[in-house]
Amino acid sequence: MKEKWGAGMRTRKKVKNYMALKLIIFGTLAAAVILMAVFAPYLTPFDPYEQDLGNALLPPGRVHFLGTDRYGRDMLSRVIMGSQTTIFSALFLVSVVTVIGSVLGIICGYCGGRGDSFLMRLSDIFLAFPGMVFAIAAASVMNGGIWNAVAALACISWPKYARIARSQVMSVKNQPYIAAARLSGSGFWKIIGKHVVPNIAGPVVVTAVLDIGTMMMEIAGLSFLGLGATPPTAEWGSMMSNGRSMLQTSPWVILAPGAAIFLTVMIFNLMGDTVRDFLDPRQRKR
Amino acid sequence: MQKLLEVKELKKTFYKNKIPLVAVNHVSFDLIRGECLGLVGESGCGKSTIAKIITHLTVPDTGSVFLDGEETLFWKGKEERKLYRNIQMVFQHPKDSFDPRCSLGDGVMESMRNYGMSKAQARERMYELLDMAELERKYACCYPHEVSGGQCQRAAIARALAPSPKLIICDEATSALDVTVQAQIVALLKKLQREQGLSLLLISHDLALVQAICDRILVMYQGDIVEQGTPDEVIMHPKEEYTKILVESVF
Repeated sequence: MKEKWGAGMRTRKKVKNYMALKLIIFGTLAAAVILMAVFAPYLTPFDPYEQDLGNALLPPGRVHFLGTDRYGRDMLSRVIMGSQTTIFSALFLVSVVTVIGSVLGIICGYCGGRGDSFLMRLSDIFLAFPGMVFAIAAASVMNGGIWNAVAALACISWPKYARIARSQVMSVKNQPYIAAARLSGSGFWKIIGKHVVPNIAGPVVVTAVLDIGTMMMEIAGLSFLGLGATPPTAEWGSMMSNGRSMLQTSPWVILAPGAAIFLTVMIFNLMGDTVRDFLDPRQRKR
Repeated sequence: MQKLLEVKELKKTFYKNKIPLVAVNHVSFDLIRGECLGLVGESGCGKSTIAKIITHLTVPDTGSVFLDGEETLFWKGKEERKLYRNIQMVFQHPKDSFDPRCSLGDGVMESMRNYGMSKAQARERMYELLDMAELERKYACCYPHEVSGGQCQRAAIARALAPSPKLIICDEATSALDVTVQAQIVALLKKLQREQGLSLLLISHDLALVQAICDRILVMYQGDIVEQGTPDEVIMHPKEEYTKILVESVF
């Protein structure tokens, strides 16, 4: 009996170790991508904005590893430089949306009342609206540009976080430990900060990490439609858009940023999945 | 015969799908300093609601609560803290009454930190309180899910003692524990009452427990106090019909 228990503990530990390993691998990959974005200006072999019309549309070769685009700009340099725009705006977007959404959700969930009903009906409206359509409409009204694209996407994505945070708070606020904290003389903000936030952070963080990939796709999508980054800024979506007429003649112009988007989004999604598995409440019960 | 707590004409109605349910119906009682008052009744009769009203966790429809002759129900902010320095509560489910992400020691220290004690001082006093609650000091850095229910309830008692309150409300504090641990916790409460000059308001559905340690008993039925008196009077010679049923159902 004792042995059986021991074996069970060992397998569970193994599962935990396996997940920790996965988390480390994807965490490292994601960190590598982010570091690439941070140090992009030092990593580019060529100036990503210097035009060299004599070397336009060169296929991938020894000098230009991923070829050149129609202005003769080095694709590898542009892909590396473009990571900055895409990844930073996605991370910025996710963090802004997470903070705004969960602050609203926490306050709504904890205080309830009319403000809560109003904000939740508002979020219902946003949730019922097709996200990308709203983002396209809002971004085009605001005349494009990467910051306007981020703002448009932030507008449409905060309700998701408000909802998650609110539902979590609703279940946490009736726990006796919140009453106990009140009896200990803790004020509103202390209870929120010390007892509510740590207990609802798990699901919110998981959603945020899982959303990084999606947000990247959406920013790239808006840029592809010409509503995000404006030329000549290196951005993966707009680079694909610029190259799309040359798909048959010089496919590297569109394949390089496409592959970059694919890989980055995949890395962040896999990391999100691993984080979710790791923080899953069913796994947490030791 | 100094009155510590005076509850007057409390009334609270809950609405479920707009159907009113009177949880507490014009309840009045006094609690004398240093006494152990038992509040018994079946589940759903409004016992816990009274505890919640006294500790400001629920707002009553009408009525008033006096602490040392002062009306407390309108206390807000700083004055509410004064209330919590005088009245503390021990909850039914010990493990749920501690934040799963804070250690037991942190939970005990929270009120002292809130009342402006330094971290080192609070830690020292926290250890003294654990001694008082007869919980080994090593449990201070454990998390609620790592200890047993009885140990957790001892920590909860230590937490309740932290602001040196005059009154501790035990809302079914022993119901979720097994029988031997119940006896230990009851003995501890009794000892603390004697040593610290505490008053206790013991909310329970366990007549035997209430009979063993209470000086006076209130019997509640459907939001009303139907009978009160010493344990002998109430349990051995019940006058009201409901009390008779309640007593018979135990023996």
